[in-house]
Amino acid sequence: MGPADLVIEVRGLRKAYGPVVAVDGLDLEMTRGEVLALLGPNGAGKTTTVEILEGYRRRDSGHARVLGEDPQHAGAAWRARRGVVLQSCDDVVDLTVRECVHHFSHFYPAPAQPDEVIERVGLGAKRDARIRSLSGGQRRRLDVALGIVGQPELLFLDEPTTGFDPEARRGFWDLVRDLAGEGTSILLTTHYLEEAEALASRVAVISGGRLVDMGPPGELGGRHDRPAEVSWLGPDGWQRTSTHEPTRLVVQLQAAFGGEVPGLTVRRPSLEDIYLELIGAAGAEGGGAPAEGSPARRRTAPAGPPARARVGAAAKAPAEAPAEAPAGGEP
Amino acid sequence: MSATLSEGAGAGLRGAGWAPARPTVSPAKALVKASLSRGHVEVLQFFRSKDAVVFTLALPVVLLALLASILSGHVQGTSVSYSQVYVTGLLAGGLASTSFLNLGVFIATERENGGLKRLAGTPMPRAAYFLGKVVVVLITSVLEVAVLMVMGHFLYGVKFPASLGRWWVFIWVTLLGGTAMTLLGVAASSIPRSARSAGAVLNLPFLVLEFISGVFVPFTQLSHTLLDIAGIFPLRWIAEGYRSALLPSFIQQAEIGHRWDHVQMAAVMGVWCVVALVFAARTFRWTAKGEG
Repeated sequence: MGPADLVIEVRGLRKAYGPVVAVDGLDLEMTRGEVLALLGPNGAGKTTTVEILEGYRRRDSGHARVLGEDPQHAGAAWRARRGVVLQSCDDVVDLTVRECVHHFSHFYPAPAQPDEVIERVGLGAKRDARIRSLSGGQRRRLDVALGIVGQPELLFLDEPTTGFDPEARRGFWDLVRDLAGEGTSILLTTHYLEEAEALASRVAVISGGRLVDMGPPGELGGRHDRPAEVSWLGPDGWQRTSTHEPTRLVVQLQAAFGGEVPGLTVRRPSLEDIYLELIGAAGAEGGGAPAEGSPARRRTAPAGPPARARVGAAAKAPAEAPAEAPAGGEP
Repeated sequence: MSATLSEGAGAGLRGAGWAPARPTVSPAKALVKASLSRGHVEVLQFFRSKDAVVFTLALPVVLLALLASILSGHVQGTSVSYSQVYVTGLLAGGLASTSFLNLGVFIATERENGGLKRLAGTPMPRAAYFLGKVVVVLITSVLEVAVLMVMGHFLYGVKFPASLGRWWVFIWVTLLGGTAMTLLGVAASSIPRSARSAGAVLNLPFLVLEFISGVFVPFTQLSHTLLDIAGIFPLRWIAEGYRSALLPSFIQQAEIGHRWDHVQMAAVMGVWCVVALVFAARTFRWTAKGEG
């Protein structure tokens, strides 16, 4: 994949506010057509990074190219090629949805049909309503409409579903998938890990202003290689064990129980487990500790079991006496 | 997810149906289109906040009625009443408040609520934002001036400009003075730290200027020192300009210079246009303080 296919190319990005280093040598690449989710605790440097890439902030040093141009020197033609959906805007409340989307379409050389954009984000029934009267979720949809009315090649989505109810969130995800399906590259920042998992082709975890890990949601932090946690209800209560061979364990359990295994669960570490572990480790290295009380600080990484040591025992134990499996305890 | 993603997302895939060959629009055309759209939206927004419309227009009217009833009588040895002097003073004050004060506060609010940031993120030519403001200020100022003029004429006997020359003075004082105060409003919008403090921050210097420039106190009652200080700023000259367009010529004997010097008035207003423009261009921020 040549550099022409990179919509975002960042090397050694640095930005400090006085003595506080927000972004500390960040590297990031995003290829055309992908949905990249940027994850990280508050204060990790996410917003600063995104705002540098959007063209709002100047970097102190490092290399940054967005759609082939340096965002801090790029002009109107470049701004027409990328769309920005900001966090909470509270302006133009006295306009109607239609007036507002039409207004913003006038800034772009090749805008989409504003009425179609309004339908697309699900505000068709509200087209003539004043923005003042919209709910939080509806305003967010309008924000997105304004971000995509210019038909951007690259869309920045900053915490798009904060404050949504689950149904609205699903609807929003469909919209993002549609846009991605048409080839729009999307850089998404979010605090919701299930959102990253649902939408992103790749996830980048940032902590202390650096990239900690990047990969498809299923492979982040070696997630697909992690031991699975198997739990079931044995004669002496709940049993739980960690293994690299969950299939074999389940077969053994089935044999031991002579059929259905009560309360059987097989679980790989969730994206959230991996994420907390990654930012916990990054924070513990001391370098750039997350500024605010990040979850990683309060909660130690839960992937706890010394996996390798356990595997043998766990795999063997149930065959002999499932009830005495070593990792007993509450599920 | 999508076909595009799974097929490796080559740049070639975009060609089909999505990324249109982006037409190039000439910068001048883009500016005109964006400015007209900005002006339209500004006017819509202003007239839809009905309370703002009513109170913006009402303030100088109420002040005029109050001040004219407090100070009766005539300028010494003339047939010109203080009420008539107040009409010219409040024309200047009203013009300055719709341009300088309202605009300064409104821009500070838009900066804080993210409206400016969102606009700056689009390809909108930056100048279109300011031209949109000029449109709304022009319309509100003309309304303001018209209301005060009609009131002055029918209640206080101020004559409409008596000659083409005087109409011309009336018009250019409104346009040039309004432009200077508008640009000053844009420049001043960067001074308050937040939208909440904007009204308080901008009101203090504005009220002081109104007092010493002959808006609230007739120019004949002000010391030369105060008038000289006020003479640094455009408001005093706008007030004097309206006097020269609306009051009988003999009243110019009461001015400090004993005559109306239109070149000087235009020069001060013009210099302030340039100074404010330079200051605004250097200090204007599209994002709130602490947002980079």
